[in-house]
Amino acid sequence: MRRDAGWWALLLPAFLLLSVFYIVPIVQVLAISFMEPEPGFGNYERIATNLSVQRVLLTTARICIITTAIALFLGYALAYAITLASENARRWWLLCVLVPLWISVLVRAFAWVTLLRRQGLINQTLMETGVIAEPLALVWNEFGIIVGMVHYMVPYAVLPMLASMREIDPRLLAAARGMGASRIQVFTRIFFPLSAPGLVAAGVLVFIFSLGFYVTPAILGGGRTLMVAEWISLQILDLIRWGLGTMMATLLVVTILVTLAVFSRVVNLRRLFGGAR
Amino acid sequence: MMGGYKPGWFARTLSWGTAAYLVLPILIVIPVSLTDQRFLSLPHHGLSLRHYATVFASPEWIGSILQSFWIALAATVLSVVAGTLFAVAAWRLDRRSTQILSALMLLPLIVPSIVYAIGLYRYFGWWDLLDRFLGVVIAHGVTGIPYVVITVSAALASFDPRLEQAARGMGASLPQVLRWVILPRIMPGVVSGAIFAFIHSWDELIIVLFIASRDVFTLPRRIWDGINENLDPAMAAVAVLLIGMTLILLLLDMLVRRRRDD
Repeated sequence: MRRDAGWWALLLPAFLLLSVFYIVPIVQVLAISFMEPEPGFGNYERIATNLSVQRVLLTTARICIITTAIALFLGYALAYAITLASENARRWWLLCVLVPLWISVLVRAFAWVTLLRRQGLINQTLMETGVIAEPLALVWNEFGIIVGMVHYMVPYAVLPMLASMREIDPRLLAAARGMGASRIQVFTRIFFPLSAPGLVAAGVLVFIFSLGFYVTPAILGGGRTLMVAEWISLQILDLIRWGLGTMMATLLVVTILVTLAVFSRVVNLRRLFGGAR
Repeated sequence: MMGGYKPGWFARTLSWGTAAYLVLPILIVIPVSLTDQRFLSLPHHGLSLRHYATVFASPEWIGSILQSFWIALAATVLSVVAGTLFAVAAWRLDRRSTQILSALMLLPLIVPSIVYAIGLYRYFGWWDLLDRFLGVVIAHGVTGIPYVVITVSAALASFDPRLEQAARGMGASLPQVLRWVILPRIMPGVVSGAIFAFIHSWDELIIVLFIASRDVFTLPRRIWDGINENLDPAMAAVAVLLIGMTLILLLLDMLVRRRRDD
């Protein structure tokens, strides 16, 4: 045991940094939600009584569910194509997933604003070609938020699905075809059930990332459609209502941790990020 | 390769469409940054580099770029040192308690930045770290640790623990084992982790929105203000520079990984 003392000491820097500069500030957020403006559950009662709180919760839930559904659908198609691609093509497909993943979220939101706003490239092109007379409202509403969020989430959907699809034995598919199954049967009876764990993992991941998403909804929502993260920031920075802001933050963290705990068997974060190759 | 089994037309159309949706909107900032107009648009009469000139002549943009660079560099050092030592020790000790600790280290990837940012806003007020270089470095460094822990742990997975035991058996001290036996083998993982920790800090906005205001004004913060206040083509030029930077870092990562795989 004493031989190991040195190794235990190596754990310390990261452990101390995380405890002092990460865990403590977050626990403090949880504490404030019960302490301010006065001790008790007053802030949490607002969930039942305050319309603004309820509206932001509903908006967030709706946007997150739609985003997750679309991101899973598109991501599944992409992961499927990557799995079946040749070694060489696969490298290019993966690049299409990994490069957007690492490009700044601000840059991506900016690109979407350039495209979608009233005088943006899409509206201009459509008006010049005479398809529409009036510019379409493509951004600063829920539509814009979902377009931008799905764009951000698809790579996160692809990676866990890809990891589980690559474990499917390719001979199964060829064998099923050889024994007379149609393409659709091969997919619905063999490929899809085998890839389901990856689909669930991707769904959980995209959903929890969407819940606390700040930058893209704030930019593409233009302050009109508020999601939880932006609402929290508004409470703290502009309205100085720490109690309400931290209550919502606590709710957010608890929702995410509970979701993860429920699905902990299928979601392996470490493998997901380590598998981003 | 799936034994020659190919996707059907529907899957192929959908996947090409999705890939286009992922990549093309990002690329649109390249022509926009080269516009000859004074507003955000595609080039009308010809290409122009004037908006790049605007960025490079602006002390604000240059100041923010340099500030972001130094913060990211310092935060990366912090993440890499703490994360690497942690990953190696957790791998070597490998028991229930260290596995729980490792899971704890992933928290910054799971807890939304907004929650951490508001907590830090109040907390750093006490430490007098608001709007300070050191404060941002600590915040980015701590949240960068998980990237390093993940990449280094992945590199350690293929490392034979008997090498470490042999070195210790022949009288090497712990620092010697780390320096001469373990570190050379896991270097690609360390570099990968460093690259991701760097990108993390370089792009980080939400924490900075809360804990920095005037003296520390990073590049993402300036872009954020630009998007919210005046959308001009100089922003597109900055966006292109950022994309270029990310691509170079990712390329570097791929080269490192290839060397590891050989």
